[in-house]
Amino acid sequence: MSKKILLEHIDVPGIETLEVYRAKGGYASVEKALKTMTQDAIVEEVKKSGLRGRGGAGFPTGMKWSFLAKPEGVARYLVCNADESEPGTFKDRYLMEKIPHLLIEGMITSSFALGANTSYIYVRGEYFYIIKILEKAIDDAYKAGLLGQNILGTGYNLDLHVQAGAGAYICGEETALLESLEGKRGNPRIKPPFPAIAGLFACPTIVNNVETIAAVVPIVNNGGDWYAGIGIGKSTGTKLISASGHINKPGVYEIEMGITVEDFIYSEEYCGGIKNGKKLKAVVAGGSSVPILPADLILTTANGEKRLMSYESLADGGFATGTMLGSGGFIVMDETTNIVENLYTFARFYHHESCGQCSPCREGTGWMEKILHKILDGHGTLEDVDLLWEIQRKIEGNTICPLGDAAAWPVASAIRHFKTEFEEFVKNPSAFKKVKHYHNMHGLATA
Amino acid sequence: MITTKEIKFDNETLAMVQSIIKRYPEGKHKSALLPLLHLAQAEFDGWLSVPTMDYVASLLNIKPIEVYEVASFYSMFNLKPVGKCLIEVCRTSSCWLRGANEIVEHIGNRLGIKNGETTADGKFTLKTVECLGSCGTAPMLQIGEQYYEDLTFDKVDALINEWNNKTEHSKYLDVNTFRKN
Ligand SMILES: Cc1cc2nc3c(=O)[nH]c(=O)nc-3n(C[C@H](O)[C@H](O)[C@H](O)COP(=O)(O)O)c2cc1C
Ligand code: SF4
Ligand code: FES
Repeated sequence: MSKKILLEHIDVPGIETLEVYRAKGGYASVEKALKTMTQDAIVEEVKKSGLRGRGGAGFPTGMKWSFLAKPEGVARYLVCNADESEPGTFKDRYLMEKIPHLLIEGMITSSFALGANTSYIYVRGEYFYIIKILEKAIDDAYKAGLLGQNILGTGYNLDLHVQAGAGAYICGEETALLESLEGKRGNPRIKPPFPAIAGLFACPTIVNNVETIAAVVPIVNNGGDWYAGIGIGKSTGTKLISASGHINKPGVYEIEMGITVEDFIYSEEYCGGIKNGKKLKAVVAGGSSVPILPADLILTTANGEKRLMSYESLADGGFATGTMLGSGGFIVMDETTNIVENLYTFARFYHHESCGQCSPCREGTGWMEKILHKILDGHGTLEDVDLLWEIQRKIEGNTICPLGDAAAWPVASAIRHFKTEFEEFVKNPSAFKKVKHYHNMHGLATA
Repeated sequence: MITTKEIKFDNETLAMVQSIIKRYPEGKHKSALLPLLHLAQAEFDGWLSVPTMDYVASLLNIKPIEVYEVASFYSMFNLKPVGKCLIEVCRTSSCWLRGANEIVEHIGNRLGIKNGETTADGKFTLKTVECLGSCGTAPMLQIGEQYYEDLTFDKVDALINEWNNKTEHSKYLDVNTFRKN
């Protein structure tokens, strides 16, 4: 059964408005937190809940919050990461568009818990129509006394602003995001210092994903223990999954952690099975950065257990036979999919998005894109496949930020699990019907 | 396509600029750079010329180079003129799986241009982009603020006809997109 916590009221007409949202119990967490709880008590509930960051890394939110430095007289900031640019991921957009006040409520309650008096929501620039929706929601919250000076008469002050990005995946990396929010190029910073010590404007800062912030609302309302009782093991609560590709019902689904992958793909409640009655070939389970898995390994672990939608089960087997939950961007590929060409779209993406600070990432992503392009054009050799493997190996772990790893993993996993397909492709490119098409496309390749 | 207007915001936009600057702490007004560049691009024909960037630098009292280095980093800022209608088609994995390459090819054929080019009449520019967060409604494209999803050739043809008859520039935002503090 689907378990709706964040999306409980998503189908209520008018839920995007403050009136309807409040009529459905909205902003109760602000009342409760500001009027009856201490900052430490809120952090404690978030710790108890077991909530883990929903932006991709899965770091425990309560623990992150407890690292926030609190020097006397220095401002602290909460910055919401709504950059959402990981291919395959569109859940934050859905949440902000359909139920914007849930994010605003989470920002107020979380900012109070962290002692922040100014907070920002950094939204990718392409989402300007979402920015409009958020600005309206914020405006209404100010008018209702939920933002600004002396919120609900408690003496707590908070200003909340939306910041627009301008097209750069790397600005989803938290330190690049902070650079961008300071009006600079989105070059990731070298850590330490971590943002919790020196973040925005060199002040202590917490960066959290949209879905993470939204989950704080039910946690404060119902308690950390209640949230921890949902889900499985250390994967507590629910997760928004963005489902795309060759399925009958693409869309955003809220799942309780621990349902089987098989159920997620084939049940009518979620993806509704593979489109056109085709067979499943492969899945990228957590956004473009995580390893691709062939059908057998995504449905069952190497030990023969049913694979579950949870941090632990998806990672079971390490990179040899497992993958990661990541951002929950679930891309499904049917039996007709050309794995080499799919990988090319990822390689092109990472090359385009590399900020260029580290040579292994800047040069390596470019090489990988070029080699894959050469293979697709029908000029590849077996040595090229080995070269791809070597390059990804030399990027991984040798860069300032994790984009380098994120670029390497899709290449490594595609070759690991589909090596014969690469070999067959270079030996007999014309057997792959897409190749001819690729020649047609050549003139359209990005400059 | 080439700006003939004087590079200067009207009073309404200048008031919005001041409102945006107030969102950041004293002395941190450089944070307003991205929002201001967006406003400038929307106001001055969909791209950022050197005089436009210099104007933004003067509004924030920062060096022009600080603006150039930022404008050249982000893919939404156009440093060259673009057509009245900028068509941005996603072709990353999820969109590719559902026919994005065919959509790009179709638009190219319809308009007689290749990716990155502008039609001779200055009406359309075709640009392929990476994932726009609309993978569940693939294939998709963006024109200005608007997303067009679950594309078919018919839908694309209708869009091209619609934009052929428009005189205004496609825009990501206008002065009212941001809230007045
Ligand atoms: C290249 C790159 C892109 C990222 N993009 C995003 C993003 O779009 N949204 C997001 O929330 N986190 C993204 N992250 C993760 C952030 O750095 C950060 O871990 C996250 O925002 C923390 O929030 P959370 O703990 O609530 O997940 C990205 C990381 C990297 C390395
Ligand atoms: S790994 Fe890539 S994106 Fe990250 S800092 Fe280095 S060059 Fe930039
Ligand atoms: S892959 Fe096209 S919108 Fe995500």
